[in-house]
Amino acid sequence: MMGQDMTQRTDAPLVELRDIHISFGGIKAVDGVSVDLYPGEVMGLLGHNGAGKSTLIKCLSGAYQADQGEIYINGERATIRNPRDARAYNIETIYQTLALADNLDAASNLFLGRELTTKSGMLDDAGMEAETRKIMKTLNPNFKKFKVPVSALSGGQRQSVAIARAVHFNAKILIMDEPTAALGPQETQMVADLIGELKKQGLGIFLIDHDIHAVKQLCDRASVMKNGQLVGTVKVDDVSEDDLLGMIILGKKPAHLAA
Amino acid sequence: MTDTKTTPPALQDEGGLFSRFLRATEIDTRLLGMFGALLLIWVGFHIFPGLRTFVYALSGVVFQGQGTWADTGALLNPLTIWDGGVFLTPRNLWNLSVQTSSIGIMATGMVLVIITRNIDLSVGAIVGVTAMIMGLTQVEWLPPLLGLGNPFIWIITGIIGITLGACIGAFHGWLIAYRGIPSFIVTLGGLLIWRGAAFLSASGRTISPVDTTFQLLGGGPYGTVGEVGSWIVGAIACAAILWMLYASRQSRKNYGFPLRPIWAEIFMAAVGCGLVLGAVLLVNAYPWPKGILEQYFGRLGQPVPEGVFISHGFAIPVLIMLSVAIGMTLLMTRTRFGRYVFAIGGNPEAAALSGIDVKWMTLRIFALMGALAGLSGIVASARLNSATNALGMLDELYVIAAAVIGGTSLAGGIGTIYGAILGALVMQSLQTGMVLIGFDSAVQQIVVGGVLVFAVYLDNLYRKKAK
Repeated sequence: MMGQDMTQRTDAPLVELRDIHISFGGIKAVDGVSVDLYPGEVMGLLGHNGAGKSTLIKCLSGAYQADQGEIYINGERATIRNPRDARAYNIETIYQTLALADNLDAASNLFLGRELTTKSGMLDDAGMEAETRKIMKTLNPNFKKFKVPVSALSGGQRQSVAIARAVHFNAKILIMDEPTAALGPQETQMVADLIGELKKQGLGIFLIDHDIHAVKQLCDRASVMKNGQLVGTVKVDDVSEDDLLGMIILGKKPAHLAA
Repeated sequence: MTDTKTTPPALQDEGGLFSRFLRATEIDTRLLGMFGALLLIWVGFHIFPGLRTFVYALSGVVFQGQGTWADTGALLNPLTIWDGGVFLTPRNLWNLSVQTSSIGIMATGMVLVIITRNIDLSVGAIVGVTAMIMGLTQVEWLPPLLGLGNPFIWIITGIIGITLGACIGAFHGWLIAYRGIPSFIVTLGGLLIWRGAAFLSASGRTISPVDTTFQLLGGGPYGTVGEVGSWIVGAIACAAILWMLYASRQSRKNYGFPLRPIWAEIFMAAVGCGLVLGAVLLVNAYPWPKGILEQYFGRLGQPVPEGVFISHGFAIPVLIMLSVAIGMTLLMTRTRFGRYVFAIGGNPEAAALSGIDVKWMTLRIFALMGALAGLSGIVASARLNSATNALGMLDELYVIAAAVIGGTSLAGGIGTIYGAILGALVMQSLQTGMVLIGFDSAVQQIVVGGVLVFAVYLDNLYRKKAK
């Protein structure tokens, strides 16, 4: 892809999605898209609803499998058949829907699929709760409801559970699907701070968002998709918000970069 | 419902005390409600005959001029009414416990099925077919090979029954999880198929009598652990309760979590051990009847000693049910498997995205349900001392009703094992009670159906309020 030419980096990308195709019953949801992500970088994915950005990223998180195309992680070919495979590559996802089991408490959700057990193989609920309290103390000190099902929590609190789950297990690659869609201003700032913090720690982050303003602020680069195809990848500092908007709506790269 | 707003402050204080008590002891109010309902049913059935006598006498005096007002009034004496009852007697409660076992065993499995938003309509038919195959195994196939009365017969038979149930369940689970057929359809088909198979397996014959050791698994006078055995069971149970309370307190202490007040711990220990010891006293208060005594001492070649009192003690099927309930509770609350069951019920998509293999879990849940139906087939056919193709007919409905009355939400994600056992006890209490006071089966059906619907309605109200 020519878009990458201006973002040359010498180190190997953390993730490379090459020429990904995914179709559902004849409809090409993702049509030959390639994107990459470097350590310590936040990569925005922009596009209309149905542009294919969520579908594209789900083949990295293991929820879907690409019909065609390759995934490289740290330069090596990776096979991701299900969410467990993705976790094995230290890929963590915060879904738009948060993907929490509403009937379970925060600790059970945080450790879902990776429960702590005692020596006898039984669940170590007290241990998980203690660990959760520790994590929450740094992530969201206002979080107090450890004993209730997450259905009883506010949107922001639920979000912190989902985020805690994603960052607690040594994530190297983080996928955030509209992480601030359901949040108030204060909580949105909390997520922004967290993204900055994780970036410093060297994680690579895919950020799917509708909010161009947020993308400009938080991301280093942005890839724009339209109708399942990649419009282009740009450094956010090289473009204006209007340029990005033009890419999303018209599907055209801005004139000063297209040349 | 404007009354609630004008509740006098004194009452609210009382409520505050009560809710403080509940918070401290961490008793589930729903559990309390179920115990209350059970007690109401038990006492209701117990005093019903006495009240009925009074009403008959009253109508006699009023309408026909028979008897005197004084005699009729005397019938209202609470002591007479209580003594006239037959429900709250060791004998009836012992029988009730045995009758509950078969449904109770299956209800624990149905909880898992319903929590994961499925249903199993085939459990009654699986009881039928496993019981038939076990009947053939122990009566027609094994004795020629091993010799009649061989001590391995009951073991092999039981293993075959449980394994067959598990295989049928696993097959259902495979169709549901890997072939995408709704569980309602798969198990509705299963209901017909396995009932038919039960008939065909022995061309509709009744296989009887079963192996003598196997028979003990169904209860009956000999199928019990006796007085001493019951005390041992009770002592172990009390020790376990105390140890659990202690261990949970220790672990809270280790992590610096808030502890229950010590009076609450003592209260819980007292209630738990009190219930256990009460149950031991109850089952030990039910003696062998004269006929059994004569048979027993006749076999020993002795006369029946004067004033001899041999207790039944806990029936073996009841102990089987309790063991299943404890095992299933541990499975649901202390293991990954149980955690995943709840997660799938709460949000199947989230469970899958967390790396849980939802299909494989579904298959295993149905296999477990099938195995429990097989175990239930053992208990039911042993109790009947015969295997018939009609065994377990309509059980699926009672099992589902027990689980639902016990608080399992059909919307998925919520349910407890102890609730299901209590639900089974409620269902069986209603049936036994109505038989005792002479309601005919048509009325029984109407009452049981009404209670089921009403119980779920109450549960809805409770959940709305709890939110």
